[in-house]
Amino acid sequence: MLDKALFYIFGGVAVLSAALMVTRRNAVHSAVFLITSLLATAGIYLTLRAEFLFIVQIILYVGGIMVLFVFVIMLVNLDVALQQIQFSRQKWVALIVALALGAQVGLMFWSTGHVKRSNLLLPAAAPADKLPPNSETVAQSLFSAYLLPFEIASLLLLVAMIGAVVMAKKKV
Amino acid sequence: MLSIEHYLFLSLALFLIGVIGVVTRRNVIIVLMSIELILNAVNINLVAFSRLFGDVAGQVFAIFIITDAAAEATVGLGIIIAFFRNRETVLADEMDLLKW
Repeated sequence: MLDKALFYIFGGVAVLSAALMVTRRNAVHSAVFLITSLLATAGIYLTLRAEFLFIVQIILYVGGIMVLFVFVIMLVNLDVALQQIQFSRQKWVALIVALALGAQVGLMFWSTGHVKRSNLLLPAAAPADKLPPNSETVAQSLFSAYLLPFEIASLLLLVAMIGAVVMAKKKV
Repeated sequence: MLSIEHYLFLSLALFLIGVIGVVTRRNVIIVLMSIELILNAVNINLVAFSRLFGDVAGQVFAIFIITDAAAEATVGLGIIIAFFRNRETVLADEMDLLKW
């Protein structure tokens, strides 16, 4: 019951602030609403018993990536830009694309109607003192089965860092 | 009792809002933020299935996607800064150097 209430609270906040993010004129307002949406998503991770991702989401997304976004908005924000039209004339394209994607997912649900309902229910959570340690299991998996992708990801971050430094340099 | 569909529909809603943002906004920074929203929606799916099957692999993949999002954001914002320095604009439809 509590799970359901928390899901609807966090999910509602996430969707609402995402919608506000897309519709606000001011880029800074958009960034703030995206932060709210990401925090609500972190709450969703918590209802799914993924504590490690909850922390990673807050530290990395909200604390790292979004600060970067706000910095760049500060660097490039012109008062002139705010006066300009913020939306392109692609409203109908967006609507059609969104409807097509939504219809695809609806088709997916419809075509899997034969799956037993009980198989789709999330398993009941173990009592708090019996929960498996989440960070530990994630780390086990990350450093054994997914060790090579992990190293490649670090390489990707290095390349991205070099790329960002070269891009933002005064003279290339 | 929550089922996987709750989470799938939540993720679908966030994904579609992100797609609408990518297509309709002119400001490139907000387009990048919409892409972050899309990646986030994908993460919800992965974590929800990880919970459904009791397998931690979904969460590991979510971590990889967050890594990807960070890399993409840094490079994308670097490109935006470099472009803004040259052309004094952040609007997507004014970036038409390659348009014939």
